[in-house]
Amino acid sequence: MSFETFADFLAMGKHGLYVWLCYGVAVLVIAGNVLALRRQRRRFFREAAALQKRREADSA
Amino acid sequence: MPLKTLWHRMGSPRWMYQMSGSWVWVLGVMATVLLIVGSLWGLAFAPADYQQGNSFRIIYIHVPTAIVSQSTYMLLGAAGLVLLVWRMKVADMVLATAVPFGMSMTALALFTGAVWGKPTWGTWWVWDARTTSMLVLLFLYFGLYALRQAIPRQETAGRACAVLALVGVINIPIIKYSVDWWLTLHQPATFKLTEAPAMPPEMWLPLAVNVLGIYCLLGAVLLAALRLEILRRERDTQWVRELVAAR
Amino acid sequence: MSVAGVFVGQLRREFKLLLQSREELANPLIFLFLALTLFALGGGGSPEMLRDFAPAIIWVLVLLANLLALEGLFRRDYDDGSLEMLVLMAEPLFLPVLAKILAHWIYSGLAMTVLAPLAALILFLPAEVLPTLLLTLLVGTPALSLIGAIGAALTVSLRRGGVLLALLVLPLYVPVLIFGAGAVVEAMAGIENMAQIYWLLVITMVALTIAPFLVSAALKISLEQ
Repeated sequence: MSFETFADFLAMGKHGLYVWLCYGVAVLVIAGNVLALRRQRRRFFREAAALQKRREADSA
Repeated sequence: MPLKTLWHRMGSPRWMYQMSGSWVWVLGVMATVLLIVGSLWGLAFAPADYQQGNSFRIIYIHVPTAIVSQSTYMLLGAAGLVLLVWRMKVADMVLATAVPFGMSMTALALFTGAVWGKPTWGTWWVWDARTTSMLVLLFLYFGLYALRQAIPRQETAGRACAVLALVGVINIPIIKYSVDWWLTLHQPATFKLTEAPAMPPEMWLPLAVNVLGIYCLLGAVLLAALRLEILRRERDTQWVRELVAAR
Repeated sequence: MSVAGVFVGQLRREFKLLLQSREELANPLIFLFLALTLFALGGGGSPEMLRDFAPAIIWVLVLLANLLALEGLFRRDYDDGSLEMLVLMAEPLFLPVLAKILAHWIYSGLAMTVLAPLAALILFLPAEVLPTLLLTLLVGTPALSLIGAIGAALTVSLRRGGVLLALLVLPLYVPVLIFGAGAVVEAMAGIENMAQIYWLLVITMVALTIAPFLVSAALKISLEQ
C-alpha cells in the first residue's frame, strides 16, 4: 500500500481530480459498450418475438 | 477436431452462435477480474513515480486502451483482407461489429492522455507523435463508421468497409513514421509521453494485468456483438425462431 | 485492343470530356487562389507571418483542391451509365482506371504544380525554396490522386458523398502533407531535405502499385447493387 490513509488515496497527492476523472470516464465508456450491447440484444428478442406473433396471427 | 472441419464450421452461423455463448461469459468475467485487480493494484499499491507523483497512475488505463485500439484496427484490416479474398461471412461480421469498440477505446486513450498531460506537463494537448497518430486513427475509425452508415445495402457496405480498412492498415505505419519524423522537426524531445523508462516490476506488473484484461474485454465485447449480428442476419431461419420462441 | 491502346483511348476520352466543361476544369484552381487570397487577407497581409505559414497553407490548399476535384472523378461517368459499361467490359479494369487517375492528376496536381510559383509569390515564399516546393508537389500530388481515387470509388454511388469523401480521404493524406510541407519548411531553414522527398516518392510508388487494383475493386463493389 503506497498510501497512509484512505483520504490520501482519494487525494492522490493533489492529482486526485485528474486520476479519478480518467478512471471514471473509463468505467463509463466500458459500461456504455457493454450496456449498449445488452440493450440491443434485448431489443432484438423483443422485436423478433413480436414479429413472430404477428405472423402467427396472420396465418391463423 | 480436424482443422478442416473447424474451418467449415466457422462458416456455419448456428454453430458459431452455440459455441460462443459460454465464451462471452468466460472472457467477460476474466476481463472484469483482471481490470479490477490491475487498476486497484496500480492505483493503491504501485509506488508513485518519483518525478510525476501520483498522476502517473493514469498509465494503467491510458496504455491498455491505446494498445487495444490499435490492435482492433489491425483486426479490422485483417478481417477486410479475409473478406475480400475468401468472402468469409465471419470476417464481414467482425468488420461490422468491432468498429464502435475500437472507436470508443481510441477516444478514451486520447482523453486519458490529455488529462494525464495537464498535471504532468502543464498542457492538455501536445502535437507529439503518438497523440497525433492516435488522432488520425480516430478519424480512420470515424471513416469506417460513416461509410457503413452511408451505404444502405449490407453486403456492399461490408465490402466497401473492407477496402477502406485495408487502405487504413497500409497507411498506419506510414502515418506513424511521418509523424515521428515531424516530431523531430518541430519539437525538442522534452516531452516524452509514454517513453517508458525502465520501470520496476511493481510498476509494470499491474500494467500487464490491465493490458491482458482489456484484451479479454475486446474478446468479450466482440463475441457478444458478433452473436447479436448472427441473430440479426439469421432472423428468419428455423433455429433463430426457435430460440426467440423459447425466451 | 492492345494494353497501350486501352490506356491511351481512355485518357483521350477523359481529356475530351474535360475540355467540354471548361468551368469545371478551372474549379480547383479558382478555389486554390480564392483561398490563398483569403489567407493573405485574414493574416493581415503581414509578409513575415504569411511566409512562415506559406508551406503549410499551400500544401493544405492543394489537398483541399485535390479533394474538390475528386468528387467528379467517377461521378459523371456513373450518372450517364458509362462507368457501369466500363466496369463490365474493361479487362483488365485497372488500365482505364489508371488513365482516369492520370487525367485527374494532370488537371489538379500537375496544374497546381505549374501555378505554385504564383501562390508562392502571393505568400512571400522566398524564391530560393521554390524548386523544393515544385519538386514536393510534383512528387507528392500523384499519391493524393491515387489514394483519393479509392475514396471516390467507394462513395461514387452515394448521393451525398461530399463530406464522407473528405472524412475517408483526408486522414490518409496526412503523411503526404507532413513530408511535403516539412520538406519546404526545412528548405526555408536551410536544412538538408532530400529524405522527405524520397519519402514522398515512396508513398507515391506504393500508392501506384496498390491503388489501381483497390480502385477497381471498390468500383465493382459500388456498382454491384
